[in-house]
Amino acid sequence: MDGFDTTTALWGGVVASGIYHGVNPGMGWPLAVSAALMERRPGSLHRAIAALAAGHLLAMAAILFPFTALLVLAEWQREIQVGAACLVIGLGLYLLVNRRHPRFLARVPPSRLALWSFLAAMAHGAGLMLVPIYLGICATVETDTGHAAAADLMAGNAGIAALVAIVHTLAMTLSGGALAIGVHRWLGLKFLSKSWFNLDLVWATSLVVVGAVALLTVH
Amino acid sequence: MNLRPDPTFHATPRLAMQAPVETLAFTLMLSPDGTQPDGLAVIDVDPSSGSYGRIVHQLIMPNRGDEFHHFGWNACSSALSPLTGHAFLERRYLIIPGIRSSRIYVVDVKEPRAPKIHKIIEPEEVFARTGYSRPHTIHCGPEGIYVSTLGGGGPDGTDGPPGIFIMDCETFEIRGRYEMDRGRQDKHYDFWWNLPRDYMVSSEWGLPPQFENGLVPEDLLSNRYGHAIHFWKLRERRNVQTIDLGENHQMALEVRPAHDPARDYGFVGVVVDTTNLQGAIFTWWRRDDGTFAAKKTITIDPQPADPADLPDLLKGFGAVPPLVTDIDLSLDDRFLYVSCWGTGEMLQYDVSDPMAPKLAGKVQIGGIVQKTPHPSGKAFGYGPQMVEISRDGKRVYWTNSLYSTWDDQFYPGEGGGAMVMAHVGPNGGLTLDEQFFVAFPEGYRSHQIRLEGGDCSTDSFCYPSV
Repeated sequence: MDGFDTTTALWGGVVASGIYHGVNPGMGWPLAVSAALMERRPGSLHRAIAALAAGHLLAMAAILFPFTALLVLAEWQREIQVGAACLVIGLGLYLLVNRRHPRFLARVPPSRLALWSFLAAMAHGAGLMLVPIYLGICATVETDTGHAAAADLMAGNAGIAALVAIVHTLAMTLSGGALAIGVHRWLGLKFLSKSWFNLDLVWATSLVVVGAVALLTVH
Repeated sequence: MNLRPDPTFHATPRLAMQAPVETLAFTLMLSPDGTQPDGLAVIDVDPSSGSYGRIVHQLIMPNRGDEFHHFGWNACSSALSPLTGHAFLERRYLIIPGIRSSRIYVVDVKEPRAPKIHKIIEPEEVFARTGYSRPHTIHCGPEGIYVSTLGGGGPDGTDGPPGIFIMDCETFEIRGRYEMDRGRQDKHYDFWWNLPRDYMVSSEWGLPPQFENGLVPEDLLSNRYGHAIHFWKLRERRNVQTIDLGENHQMALEVRPAHDPARDYGFVGVVVDTTNLQGAIFTWWRRDDGTFAAKKTITIDPQPADPADLPDLLKGFGAVPPLVTDIDLSLDDRFLYVSCWGTGEMLQYDVSDPMAPKLAGKVQIGGIVQKTPHPSGKAFGYGPQMVEISRDGKRVYWTNSLYSTWDDQFYPGEGGGAMVMAHVGPNGGLTLDEQFFVAFPEGYRSHQIRLEGGDCSTDSFCYPSV
């Protein structure tokens, strides 16, 4: 397999999933528009987007770093990848059957957007979707896993985890932020109800697809 | 579940005002003596239709003695906040509680001219799951459907305070009580909120023994009905402030916050001031530090009357009180409509400056003493009561019954449930439509009105109009 192409594709996946999360109103950009209009200050929009990004980044990190720790068991890498893929497929299937959004999210006050963003990302498995991609990237980097010292491996994988979380969140923030600014300045709030699609099924299906692709390409 | 948000959900009040106008109204029919089951009337309000101004369908319930009063939708514009997680609900079900029976009907109006009962929640379930009784106001919000109740537990509803409970907005299962800390709140009536600012306001009527068998004059004259409003941290479910309007301000009923959530004020109507028989409106507002204040901004004087023209209850006063029984605010937050059920007047106030309302229009119809007929010549029993405004603010509909036993005390011997409509002038002013007079079937009275696609007392908006 061509390592360069695989790596590019995987990083492309990190960015694409970020944009996917960012443009989905359910992940929060309308709250930034609301904040700007409520407080009549564009600065509120930026603050709200930053809070949403912080919560999302934390959720990504909270999911990715435990897998970094797992990867210390270098000889089990293949099994870890298979397990993670199954986990993602399992969550996708669960979300296909159970379409209810968790009710506790509705208890979070609008003033705590970072907390809400963190919980929403966790509850919908936004971080888990990145895991197979992340493990794939780690696999392409580790050409000589047998000889690398455990500590170096850990540091390298942690660096990749951080980078994956940051790149993904950046893509999400820029796309969501652009939409929020667009709606606030030009498009108007009519765009919100016009452009909001029920992605529940698509979302659950994409978890299954990401997991399945990961399973098929484990080497 | 829809694939797109329901077309009747609107991000802002202004977008709701621009939406297509209503063609149907749903109005509750109640049998005052329980000899017939209560029902839901579907009324054609499309002037281009052949059946304009007529009841085109009646959904009659399978039980008697429910006493329908207020009702609401399973979902509204509040679903357009990502915080709620249910943007794809349909506005499809009317939640209709019986305040006498504590039974709740969920009615499917997907086919609006042929609604059907989707689910019935029996009173025992309401009692068992909430400890409350006599469900009343319905609002859809962040955690599902919120239902206020007028009674606590026990046969007369005085075992514990009444409160709010939450229903699931998809399965219509009762989830349980809302309150975590109710503070001083021990009576209940209406409630509404500001969703982005995360606060709720609730009001007080009286406990069930104070209303079920009629108004209790001794309780009224000793100021024992409700006279406070309560402010809550909505999502913390905690009462953070109680404002006593003064014990003479008996029965604080409808709570109407500004629809635009960037406006941190609202109104509450007071039925009667026991010191002078005036009706009153208080404006409440949120201060910069997050605490709340309230001030009386409208008073409506009683009208002197010959005791011979008055029911027993009022003979001793020689005057007819306005009796402010309902208020409603247009979606642009400009006009507040005030029902004076005693004097037979519908008043329209310009509340552009909420601290200084100005009378902008007025219609005289019915009334204890005046008994003004409708311009069509038909008699209009009782007085203007439950009022509903079209989303565009151009039409105002109202009915005439207050509550079975109270109707009989204030208007003994009268009958005839009716619904009428008035047109609003471009800068205020109210004119009754001569053609529009819906007479309810024999033995039925009329109560709250809901307009197809939402109206001015159902939808909560999460985004300002600016």
